[in-house]
This record gives sequence, C-alpha cells and structure tokens, in this order.
Amino acid sequence: MKKYFAIFHIRFVNTLQYRAAALAGLSTQFAWGFMLIFSFAAFYRVNPNSFPMEFSHTVSFIWIQQAFLALFALWFWDDDIANSILDGGIAYDLVRPINLYGKWFSTSAAKRLARAVLRCIPILFVAFILPAPYRLILPPSLLQFALFILSTTLGLGVVVAFAMLVYTSLFYTVSPSGIRVMVMVLGDFLSGGIVPLPFFPAPVRNVVELLPFASMLNMPARIYSGSIAGMDALSGILLQCFWLAALVLIGTLISRRVLKRVIVQGG
Amino acid sequence: MGLYMKFFSMHLKSQMQYKTSFYFTALGQFLASFTVFLGIYFMFSIFEEVEGFAFSEVLLSFAVMLMAFSLAEMFGRGFDLFPRMLGNGQFDRALVRPRSIIFQTLAMQMDFTRLGRAAQALIVLIYAIPASGVHWSPDRFFTLFLMIVCGSLIFFALFMIYAAFSFFTVEGLEFMNIFTDGGVQFGRYPFSIYGEGILRFLTFVIPLALVQYYPLLYLLGREDSLLYMFAPLMGTIFLLPAYGFFRFGLSQYKSTGS
Repeated sequence: MKKYFAIFHIRFVNTLQYRAAALAGLSTQFAWGFMLIFSFAAFYRVNPNSFPMEFSHTVSFIWIQQAFLALFALWFWDDDIANSILDGGIAYDLVRPINLYGKWFSTSAAKRLARAVLRCIPILFVAFILPAPYRLILPPSLLQFALFILSTTLGLGVVVAFAMLVYTSLFYTVSPSGIRVMVMVLGDFLSGGIVPLPFFPAPVRNVVELLPFASMLNMPARIYSGSIAGMDALSGILLQCFWLAALVLIGTLISRRVLKRVIVQGG
Repeated sequence: MGLYMKFFSMHLKSQMQYKTSFYFTALGQFLASFTVFLGIYFMFSIFEEVEGFAFSEVLLSFAVMLMAFSLAEMFGRGFDLFPRMLGNGQFDRALVRPRSIIFQTLAMQMDFTRLGRAAQALIVLIYAIPASGVHWSPDRFFTLFLMIVCGSLIFFALFMIYAAFSFFTVEGLEFMNIFTDGGVQFGRYPFSIYGEGILRFLTFVIPLALVQYYPLLYLLGREDSLLYMFAPLMGTIFLLPAYGFFRFGLSQYKSTGS
C-alpha cells in the first residue's frame, strides 16, 4: 500500500507546479459558474413553485461542481496512461513489482486531487463572500459536512475507477477518441453535469439515480447543499460504496485478463 | 482559393481513411450537443417559458449558435494548434513560405468530425423552423442565414484571438474557452436571460448577442426595425480588432528557437 501512496505523492507535487495554468482555469470557472447560476435564476423567476430544488441548493450545487471540477469531470483524460498503452511504455511498468491497476489508479486520483486542491480554495473563498442569492452557503450541519467529505472521497474513487475501464478499452481499440467522447459526454450528463438530477423528469430520474454516474458529482454536491440529507444521504453513500467496489472489481479483473495477453512490439 | 480546395480534399481524404474512428468521433460530437439539447428539453418539461421565450423559440437560438460554432470549428481548427506550432518551431517554417500566415494556419487542419454537431444543429433547426411559429418570409430566412454565417465569423475571430494570445504566452489560454465553448453552451438560451449586464457585454465587447438575441427578436416579429435584422452584419466588425490583434502579436513574435 505504501508504494501506491508514494506514487500518489509524486504525482500530487508534480501537478502542483502548474500554477499559471490553474489561475487561467480559475477565471474561466468563475465565469462559467455565474452563467449557469444566471440561467437557473431565469427559470426560477418564471415559476419559483415548480423549481424542483431549493434555489440555494442549486447555487451550492453549481459552486461545488465548479470548485471540484477536476475531481469529478469525466472528460479529464490522463494522457500518461493512454500514451503508455499506445506507445508501449507500459512494458516498463509491467516489469516493476507493482500492480498496474493500483499504480494507474493512484496516479489518476492524485492528478485529479492536486488540480482540485489548487482550484477549489479560491473558488470556494469567493463563492462564500458573494452577495446573497448567489452565495455558497455552509452545509446545514456538521454531520452533513462530514458526510459530504466522505461522499467526495467515494465519488472520486468511482470516477477514477470508471475512467480506468475506459483506459483499459485502449488495449482493444487503438484509436479510442470516439468511444471515449461518447462515454464521457453521456456520463457527465447522467451525473448532473449539465442539469442537476432533480431537474430530470420523474421516470428517467428514478433510473438515473441508481446508475454509477449518480455516485459521481451528483451525490457529494447534493449532500453538501442539503438537497440529500439524513437517511437518504446514508443510503446514497452506501450506493457509492457498492459502485466503487463493483467498478474496481471489474477493472481489476479486466486488466488482469488483458495484461496476460498484452503484446508489446519491440523497437 | 484553388490551393485551399486542394488542402480541403486532402484533409477530407486523410480523415476518411479511418472511417470507424471518424464516425465514432462524429457521433460523439453529436451526442455531446444532444445532451445539451436534452438539458433544455428537461428544463422546459418543468417550465413553460423563460424570459418570454418558449421551447421552440429557444431551440432556434440553440440551433443557430451550434451551427455557427461547428462551422467555425471545422474550418478554424488550425488556430487551436497554433500554440503547439509556436512551441515546436513549426511556425518559423511557415513564416518563410510565400503564403499568408492565416491561410497556412487554416489549411493546416480541418476537422470534419464537427459535422456531428452540425448535424445536430440541422435536425433541431428543421424541427424548430416550423414549430417556432415564426411567419417565415424571404427576409426572415435571410436573417436566419445571416445569424449562422456571421455567428461563425465571430467564433472564427475568437479563435484568431486565442491564437494571437499564444504569441505572448506560448501556452494556450484556457480563459478564451468561456467565449468560444461558453458562447455555444450558454447561447442555447437567448442571451437576455442572463441579465442586463451580460447582454450589454455580449453586445458591445464580444458581439455574440448581435447574431443571436437581436435578430431572434426580428425573426419572432417582436422588433420590426431593420437594425435588428442586420445586427449580425454589425457583429462581423469584430473581425477587425481580432485581425489587428493577430497582426500585432505577429509583429511581436520571437522564435522559441527550437
């Protein structure tokens, strides 16, 4: 386990180096968050009664989404992993005495976390001091906050485990961009990246809430805002645990099978 | 122009070599904008209108922006690669060739997978044109045409600014995304719903509202003034400062030396 933490640590520090890129990203995300909130506000003004979430919950959802974009956005793609499969660099990894799945899992998780840490602090800070209707409010209780932290950790795990499945698909198709774009786009949508799940029509929503994608952005952001609370939050977290375990299991099995057959061309 | 057509067919042929990959990527592009469409659909299954615009009317603005953007992206993709071109010294080679820099940039890359988005836009447009309740007349069709063409010119100008920035920073700048990707993302609703300040910004600074909100009012018969009809043409004035900035960047260019 220690070596995976070491890999995690190296990646984390490495990603922290790109501060200017992070700053440019920040301003974009602010503007993005504001535009999203404004569009929801316009609908809210039409008819506050039929708004399926409390407005403050929606605002919190959007700020959490923007602040932790790097944690949950499915379209963040780890080029190092993809390239090591495509250019054969994987051969080096295979001779090392570590489990490949574990190594990739920790590098991806570290990259996402490092990016998120850089970005979330200023975004959260400003979002907290904004004027009233657009402000990010604190979670309703300390317990809720603890659940949010737990759910964020699990959510990150589910995202990485899911992305790992997409990476392993690279062993089968060398030009992955099509499948990747489709899966990522659909996943982002189903995790509430475009409109939060409460805005989905009821029958669709009942199904979507059970999918692994609902365990990604949707769960932590809604627990934070208080849109999911109490027992619902607990069962949501259980669902996250289930998906994390299931995806990791599937991922390990597939990668083990694939690695048995992998052929690295020399050169 | 003949040379450009040669490049055009060259890129088309080379991308068609990997047919499966091409179709999958195009399908992915289609799906990406389809989820945005679903988002709008879901919102309107709860609410009947937003700021006085009904579903089919909003779809008009969504389809126009999407179409304009995908056209601009298809032909202006070269600007996206500009930072890389500067970084690896390829740009120095371009400078010594007897063709304009912009021409070479455009000819370098064309991305036909963007047709996936354009297809989405076309389908929505085919639905929205009759459904929006607009009394279609030749001048209104002409307005719609202007919206799309001038819209893609404005996006094109934004790509050019993005490329010009990299003369100074060498890296690409993420914040331009808010105008390019953001323009198409948020252009799904008429820009007036974001409030007075943003509408003004998008009218006078980055004139995206000139190809979307104002001519839309003309289409819907809410404004009769020809000013609204020809607003998209005024928007294309934006090309001038964009081009000027690009020239300025070019004059400041120092090779990275590699």
